[in-house]
Amino acid sequence: MALFQSVFGMLYQFGDTFAFLVISCAGLAVIFGMMGVINLAHGEFIMCGAYVTASAARAGLPLPLAILTGALVAGLVGMLVERLVIRHLYHRPLDSIIATWGISLIATQGVLIVLGSTMQGVGTPLGSIDVGGRSYSLYRLVLMACALGLLGGLYVLFYHSRFGVIARATIQKPQMAHALGVNTGRMYGLTFGLGAALAGLAGGLYAPTMTMVPTMGSTFMVESFVTVVVGGADIFVGAAPAAAILALIKAGLTAWYGQLFGQIGLLVTVILVIRILPGGLSGWLKGTTR
Amino acid sequence: MTRTRPNLASLMAGAALALAAAAPGFAQDGPIKIGVLEDQSGDFAAATTVKVHAIQLAAKEINDAGGINGRPVELVIYDTQSDNRRYQEFMRRVLQSDKVDVVFAGFSSASREAYRPIVNQFDGLAFYNNQYEGGVCDNNMIVTGAVPEQQFSTLIPWMMEEYGPNVYTLAADYNFGQISAEWVRNIVEENGGTMAGEEFIPLGVSQFGQTIQNIQSSDADFVVTLLVGAAQASYYEQASSANVGLPMASSVNVGQGYEHKRFTPPSLANMYVTTNYIEEIDTPASKDFVERFHAMFPDEPYINQEAANSYIAMNLYKQMVERAGTTDHDAVRAVLAEGDVCFDGPSGNVCLDPKSQHMSHTIYLAKVNDDHSITFPKVWEDIEPYWLGDAGCDLTKNDPSAQYTPSSPPPAQ
Repeated sequence: MALFQSVFGMLYQFGDTFAFLVISCAGLAVIFGMMGVINLAHGEFIMCGAYVTASAARAGLPLPLAILTGALVAGLVGMLVERLVIRHLYHRPLDSIIATWGISLIATQGVLIVLGSTMQGVGTPLGSIDVGGRSYSLYRLVLMACALGLLGGLYVLFYHSRFGVIARATIQKPQMAHALGVNTGRMYGLTFGLGAALAGLAGGLYAPTMTMVPTMGSTFMVESFVTVVVGGADIFVGAAPAAAILALIKAGLTAWYGQLFGQIGLLVTVILVIRILPGGLSGWLKGTTR
Repeated sequence: MTRTRPNLASLMAGAALALAAAAPGFAQDGPIKIGVLEDQSGDFAAATTVKVHAIQLAAKEINDAGGINGRPVELVIYDTQSDNRRYQEFMRRVLQSDKVDVVFAGFSSASREAYRPIVNQFDGLAFYNNQYEGGVCDNNMIVTGAVPEQQFSTLIPWMMEEYGPNVYTLAADYNFGQISAEWVRNIVEENGGTMAGEEFIPLGVSQFGQTIQNIQSSDADFVVTLLVGAAQASYYEQASSANVGLPMASSVNVGQGYEHKRFTPPSLANMYVTTNYIEEIDTPASKDFVERFHAMFPDEPYINQEAANSYIAMNLYKQMVERAGTTDHDAVRAVLAEGDVCFDGPSGNVCLDPKSQHMSHTIYLAKVNDDHSITFPKVWEDIEPYWLGDAGCDLTKNDPSAQYTPSSPPPAQ
């Protein structure tokens, strides 16, 4: 029983960290990993999703619908931002860093001025279950399921749908896709919007578990960039296994030495990966199978 | 960005001041300039914007009543953005180019330690109006916030008596959390208890899954939460949804970040906090303060202990300058050294201690109920900030400008 308890505990912590990494990096994996736009406003799309979710839930919408509303609004905001700013910077990656950083500052400060320094949260639903004398939050298990569902859904979307094929074609060979009659401008906009919506979804899913403040997005930034950089350009070959490996490192180190070493472990891993595997996990995996 | 705009009158007063620079006696007739460096944006803004408002309220009341020695008070306000470098930048600016008479500055202990050397360098005078880990023995600093001997020597023995001797500490990983945790550890040992665990959380961490599990597998009777900032505040929601179910004790929650107002009940239920003021305190003085505050700032989300301390500090400064007849720092400190600088304000009567330049407090034990309402199971009156003085800090004799802790006390004289 003691063994079962500790194994379940370890699995739960691993799953919890894995879910956090996958959910928080999915949007960034699309915008940064696939499209190559270094999006420093990723955290603010997350904040947008969280704020919309909390407002909608407190206005009486059921939580799952509120979360979807949050993702939708973040996606629409993302498409607007793409149209106004990002579109002009696709071939200027360094300028896109400055532009998205600026957007992030404007968003954080704007929310602070308009909505104040804090907002009431919605409270975590579902309660807890007891396993071997310890209690665990049920909602966290839902988050793990969401992470797996998210990966599955994105796989189907990008590899088994018309939108996915065209999106990948547009991003890999824009001229060719354009020549074949694809409206590449619209595809870029939709893909960026999808990335922003995924970020909004992350915010919505984590809104019930976190403090609602304008700077809340920044707590997702390190983890999501680390996961995408370690993973490389491809979400499935890269980000998913990267999240699994990083979750193992982080959960393990946090369990043995505390939160500080969990953070250190993440950052040391990303330094090693950048040094040894500049293309990330997906670059390396694809390189060896070629 | 949020600097108060100088109006025409103060511009002219400033010009007059410049013209009269050669005649020091005349300069005394301009406004008394007070620098205000507080976080109005960034991670700490939720707890600190109200401090600026409290200072504005006090300034308005002082000016309406004829100023300090007939001189009006003028505030020079900068937003330090929860960023230690901003504190250093703006502290230089208020002392060097704005030439303020006194500065009210700082929320986190990291920011205080960032600006304190600059106050020393320019021989300024700064009020730190925050509860903190204690131990600052510095002639240039006056501290109105509560310190560990006021918050922990009361709270921890009471909790151990009520819930049991095994204590788990969860603290933010910087000077405040580390030194406060040391205090908790010492007090637990002195009272015959044991530390069931101790964990330090880096600032900005918002995911507590593993920490919650560590607490559950320890045999803790209650958890001391010394978490700081909006990100770390996510702990309560997560611990509550995992049904940890242990009572919590804190020196920073409720009284600072009003988590009981921001979070959905019952995530903060069974939290015990020692604080020298919160707006729920049910005395005529407190009610009157809350009423005046809301008259000027109707949308204020919460009036916390730091707001009360900032308001008290303004009034203490007024009293000291009036008694000294000048804003000269040595003269102001000479008044403080007389040992009878007291103010009967929103939190009851408080006095400044000449040895440490810290303040005595009435300490309220606030309990958060299941519906997040507040009750006060116990009140300790007139708790002195005795530790620094007992340990050997005496600012009336010498000025080490240092911060001491129980494990590194002042050197023996």
